[in-house]
Amino acid sequence: MSVSTPEELMDYEQAVASFDPVLGLEVHVELGTVSKMFCGCDTTFGAAPNSQVCPTCLGLPGSLPVLNATAVESIVRVGLALGCDIASWCRFARKNYFYPDMPKNFQTSQYDEPICTDGHLDVEVDTHDGPPGSRRTFRVEIERVHMEEDTGKSLHVGGATGRIHGADYSLVDYNRAGIPLIEIVTKPVEGTGALAPRVARAYVTALRELMRTLGVSDVRMEQGSLRCDVNLSLRRSPSDPLGTRSETKNVNSLRSVERAVRHEFGRQAARLTAGDRVVQETRHWHEDTGTTTSGRSKEQAEDYRYFPEPDLVPVAPDPAWVEELRAGLPASPAVRRGELQAAWGASEQEMTALVNAGAVDLVESTVAAGAPADAARKWWLGELARHANERSVDLAELPITPAQVAQVVALVESGALNDKLARQVIEGVLAGEGDPDAVVTGRGLAVVSDDSALLEAVDAALAADPDVAEKIRGGKVAAAGAVVGAVMKATRGQADAGRVRELVLQRCGQA
Amino acid sequence: MSQITRDEVAHLARLARLALDEDELDRFGGELDAIVSAISRIGDLDTADVPPTSHALPLTNVTRPDEVRPGLTQQQALSGAPAHEDGRFRVPRILGEEA
Ligand SMILES: [Zn+2]
Repeated sequence: MSVSTPEELMDYEQAVASFDPVLGLEVHVELGTVSKMFCGCDTTFGAAPNSQVCPTCLGLPGSLPVLNATAVESIVRVGLALGCDIASWCRFARKNYFYPDMPKNFQTSQYDEPICTDGHLDVEVDTHDGPPGSRRTFRVEIERVHMEEDTGKSLHVGGATGRIHGADYSLVDYNRAGIPLIEIVTKPVEGTGALAPRVARAYVTALRELMRTLGVSDVRMEQGSLRCDVNLSLRRSPSDPLGTRSETKNVNSLRSVERAVRHEFGRQAARLTAGDRVVQETRHWHEDTGTTTSGRSKEQAEDYRYFPEPDLVPVAPDPAWVEELRAGLPASPAVRRGELQAAWGASEQEMTALVNAGAVDLVESTVAAGAPADAARKWWLGELARHANERSVDLAELPITPAQVAQVVALVESGALNDKLARQVIEGVLAGEGDPDAVVTGRGLAVVSDDSALLEAVDAALAADPDVAEKIRGGKVAAAGAVVGAVMKATRGQADAGRVRELVLQRCGQA
Repeated sequence: MSQITRDEVAHLARLARLALDEDELDRFGGELDAIVSAISRIGDLDTADVPPTSHALPLTNVTRPDEVRPGLTQQQALSGAPAHEDGRFRVPRILGEEA
C-alpha cells in the first residue's frame, strides 16, 4: 500500500463560491437472485471461501455460461422503473484484463449495447438557504444500466507498511465471482452547486429505496451489495466546458458518499486555485479519515479489448413481455412514501427527515413488527440515530433489527420498561448482548411493577419527608412530584413513574 | 498491405503480459502482419448484403431458471491450484492494476 501525504483542502464555502461542480455516479448493485449470473452456484453471503464455485465461475476449460432468467427480468424492471428505454436486442461483451479477482481473465459485461438507456431519477434534498425543511428536487439523468458479473474478493497479505518485496501475495475467494451485478451510470449531473454532496447522497439513497421497492436486491451497503463510485469535476463557471474529473472508488455508505463529494470538492478547488491541474485518476476512499488518496492514473486510455461474448447468445426482450413487466411495477418510492406518510400520520418535515436518514424502510419494518409508527419513528430518529452518529455508520448498519426495536417498543408500551431503561436495553442489543428480552434479564432492567415493593418505597419516602406528606394529605397534589422523585431514585429509575404517583396519592388519601 | 508497427507489438505484449525482447518485437511484427493480411482477404469479397455477425447460432434469449445447483466443494475447487491458504487461492500480488 502506498503512503500518500494528505492534500490541501479549500474551505467548503470558499470552494462553492469559486467553482461549479459536476457530479457523476456509478452504482453497482448485486441482484438478490439465489444463483449466480451464468451458473447455478449459491449466492448466500458469508459462506466458507470457495465453497460456492463451479467450473463456470472458476473459468475452468470447457465450461460454458448460461444466463439467469431472473437476473434479466430484474434488470429490465430496474430499467423500466428508472424510465429507461429497453434495448430490443443486445449482447454481452468480454472486458479483458489481468487481475486475479476474475479467474477467466475477463469479466462478462456489456459494452456498447447496454440493455437499458436514457432514464432518470428525481431526488429531493434539503436546501441550506430557505426556511427549515425547504426542499429542492433534482432530476438525475441516467445514461445506462447494464448487466455484468461481480468479481472475487482478494485479501492482500504482507507489505502493509509500504515496503514491497517478493513475499507479498494475495488470497482469493471466488464465492462472489459471477454474482449478477447491474451497473447504473448517470449522465453528468450539473447545477447542484453547494448541494452537490447532498444530491449525491440523496441519489444513492433513492436508488437503494428503489431497489428495495422492486425487491431485486437487499442492497446492504455494509455487505457490499451496493457500491458507489463518485466522479467529480470542477469548473469556474457553468458555461465553461467540463473540467477534469477524479473517480473515487468504492464509497460504501450513504454518509461517505456525501463526505467523499465534499472532500473532493475542497481538494480539487485547492489544486485549481493554486494553479495545479486535477489529474484524471482513480482515487481511493478512506472511511476512517474521510479523505481520498491517489490511485491509478487514467491519463492513458484503458484498453480492455472489449469484444462480443461468443459463449452467450444475444438478449432480445420481447416487447410484450417488457410491457407486462412495466404493468407489474410496484408504486414508485415517491408514491409509496406518500402512502406511508398518510398511514403513519407523519408531517412532510418528519418524512423528509426519515428519508434523509435512510430510515423509511427501517421504520416500515418496525411498524410491520407491531410497533406504533410514532414510537418506531421516535426511536430510529432519536436514540438509534445518535448511536449511528457516534459510530459513524448508517442506521441500517447498526447491529439491531427492526424486530428488536419493535420488541423494545412493546416492552415500553406494556410498562415493563420506561424510556430510560429502554435506552439501556438498546445499548445492550447494540453491544451484542442478545434480544431485548435477554438484555432485560441479563442486566436486571425490568421496571419495578410489583405494587408491594413500590408501596414499601413510597411509604419510606413519605416517612422521610413528613412535611411534604402532610401537604399532599391537605390537598396539595402538586407536592407529590417530590415524593415520586425520591421513589424513582430509590428504585434506580426502574419504577413506572405514573404508577408511583398513583400510589403516593392513594397513600395520602387523594386518589 | 497492413503494417503492424513495433509500438503496436509492444502494446499488445504488455496487454498480454508477455516479456518480448528486441528481436522478438521485430519478428512478431512480421508474423502478425502475415496473419492480418491473410484475414484481410475477406475484404475482397462483396459483403454488402451480409449482416455482421458475432454468433454462429441463430438464437436469442437462452436462459436458465434461477435455481441453485451443486458446484464444487472447496477442496475440489482448490485441488488444481498451485498454491492455496485458508481455503483461498494463493496468487502473486499484483500492484496498481486493480480493475
Ligand atoms: Zn459457479
